[in-house]
Amino acid sequence: MAAAERGAHAGARLTDARALDPALVAVAADVEGDAALVRRLAQWAARWSPLVEVDGADGLRLDVTGVEHLFGGERGLVRDVRQRFTKMGLTVRLAIAPTAAAAWALARFRKTLTPTLSRTREREGPAAKPWEGEGFSAQLSPLPVTALRLDPDTVRTLERLGLKTIGALMDVPRLALARRFRGAEDVVDALDRALGRKPEPLTAAPADPPPRAARRLEEPATHPEAASQALERLIPALVKELQQRHLGARRLSLTGFRVDGSVGVASVATSIPSREPKHLQRLLADKAAMLDPEFGFDAFALTADWTEALDAAQDSLVEEPSGERELARLVDRLTVKLGPRAVRRPQPLESHLPERASGWGAAVLNPSPLGEGGSSRRLRKGEADSRLSLAHPPTASRRAPPCPARGEGLLHRPQRLLDRAEAIDVIYATPEGMPRRFVWRRAVHDIARVEGPERIAPEWWRQPSSARLRDYYRVEDAEGRRFWIYREGLIGDGRGGLPAWFIHGLFG
Amino acid sequence: MAGGLSLVAGDGSRAAKQHQLPSGLGERWQLPAPPSPTLAELFAAHPRDGGWAGFLLAQVEAGKPLLWVQERMAILESGRVHPPGLPHQDLIHIEARDARDALWAMEEGLRCSALSAVIGEIWGDPKVLDFTATRRLAVASERSGVAAFLIRLGGHANLSGARMRWRVASAPSLVNDLDPRAPGLPACDAELFRARGMPPGRWSVAHEAGAFHLAAAPGGRALGEDRRLSA
Repeated sequence: MAAAERGAHAGARLTDARALDPALVAVAADVEGDAALVRRLAQWAARWSPLVEVDGADGLRLDVTGVEHLFGGERGLVRDVRQRFTKMGLTVRLAIAPTAAAAWALARFRKTLTPTLSRTREREGPAAKPWEGEGFSAQLSPLPVTALRLDPDTVRTLERLGLKTIGALMDVPRLALARRFRGAEDVVDALDRALGRKPEPLTAAPADPPPRAARRLEEPATHPEAASQALERLIPALVKELQQRHLGARRLSLTGFRVDGSVGVASVATSIPSREPKHLQRLLADKAAMLDPEFGFDAFALTADWTEALDAAQDSLVEEPSGERELARLVDRLTVKLGPRAVRRPQPLESHLPERASGWGAAVLNPSPLGEGGSSRRLRKGEADSRLSLAHPPTASRRAPPCPARGEGLLHRPQRLLDRAEAIDVIYATPEGMPRRFVWRRAVHDIARVEGPERIAPEWWRQPSSARLRDYYRVEDAEGRRFWIYREGLIGDGRGGLPAWFIHGLFG
Repeated sequence: MAGGLSLVAGDGSRAAKQHQLPSGLGERWQLPAPPSPTLAELFAAHPRDGGWAGFLLAQVEAGKPLLWVQERMAILESGRVHPPGLPHQDLIHIEARDARDALWAMEEGLRCSALSAVIGEIWGDPKVLDFTATRRLAVASERSGVAAFLIRLGGHANLSGARMRWRVASAPSLVNDLDPRAPGLPACDAELFRARGMPPGRWSVAHEAGAFHLAAAPGGRALGEDRRLSA
């Protein structure tokens, strides 16, 4: 920045720049890395608009027609974009304008920080009138002629002719300009594009389409096995495409298009990326058989909505069941039939509260125990939507807590925990002393031995201030059954009346 | 229950080591176990008695993950599995809506040889749990070499294809050296009332602190003797 103030500019020689400012630091330019970054940002910018184009080496062009209301108007959109880029550590210059060329010009050459133009142009048909609202031309006029993206020779010529700003250019009669600048130096064309007299459509960066295998039927199929048969034929084609692109599918959906315009979808998810035809077939077979043909299926498409990179080495022709993959396949089969919430693994959370300590998480999303595999995967999505960080929510507290030692006298935890602690009636000698007898579900238990109390205080950072502490007791009744009960609160702790007793777990 | 205990380590389906306490008997004790992994059925004496869990976990080998299937009624009545209380936390837990889903999940799990054991808890006597179903589980378990344990909470013992059938109840625990008022080593009464290839019997066993080991008290049958007799 300081060097720029002293006169160094882009394109100057390093020695000259150093002469102007000796403290200049030279960093090698990584052109390819920058280009890759811009392409990735273009994919990410799809969160604001479906049409994104990479513009030059360091620019993105988004068509936001009709999209502003989703972000609270144009100002909201600008603020959102600026905030998100700044959060990533990139400085960004933004402008919204009715035409792409005008936006480019304003973003790069506008010195003042006026907010965006307040009018948008509605997208009309090809016979749209050129937009000549108030303020638009006025905003463009003071910009220099280079803002029109003409090549440097043309710009030099224009400057020599005394036409230094766009405003000056607009005053010159069109015929004169057209006669003088023709072909590659078409100034009139650039001016028209900037002012909206000529349309300039965006070519969106080609997003990789998700791997897909489709099939159209000659006649609509109304028999119930239509979907299953289609699935059998589509899976080999999809697997071949996945192999070519070195991808493995994590979510598959079979879409059946019916003759009356409706669509039936069956989808499954897997815990590790897979492109094994038998496994995928087995997962989808049941759900495909349940698709209702109604008036008949016309076409089918099998799409891998969510894919991840899968090397060839992990997928061998010979079926050697490696432990991890077999386990993942088991989890897939169970999840497909029973639902992701029924199949879970413990994800230990650092929490003293026993009901939070096990931290159950769906096994499909966390293939390995203790949540190691889930959070650090590279994602490649076929569709551009903003689900980037939804599936793997790594939280800071997902670390195994200090394992309570199961030795004598140290922290004991029960083998079974009731989902909801149940209230029990307890008879005790002193309110803060050991319990003597309790009644649970209409059965009386005489307490023969007791150990405790173990005090677990409420997590003040999470729970309201009226939460009470718990004193846990490990009790054994006369017959030898062992329970984990607690008293909630103390007399006189100011958060409630008499403390209540609950049973929380059973020991084995 | 004080004197005369021999400690037996139950690691996997076969006993490994044997220790002797100073006041011990000199016999070699071994947990009755089938030669290869198969289906064992455990009846809990009372649905709200959790003592069978300790007895069971001693027979499961650590190292590979565990599949634990619980029927919804079983969770409501006697609680959900709590991983911090288990010796190894690597498990996949399944909450099945009914007995049919639970049995299906158990069978699917038995096909995966990467598991150490499949444990399934069924509540009551559902119609779908008949001789055929248990026989299928037994055959699947023997084919893949994954031990299967079917826990019956509040159920009655009728015809079943399980190779070993136990009835487990909690027993008063041993004396705690550090604090006489506190519960000591947990103990349970295990009765093997039907088994293929070995005579039934009844044992009082206790867990050792730190790991799930089994101890047998005097008065229970000497296991070494049985095996000698049957062989």
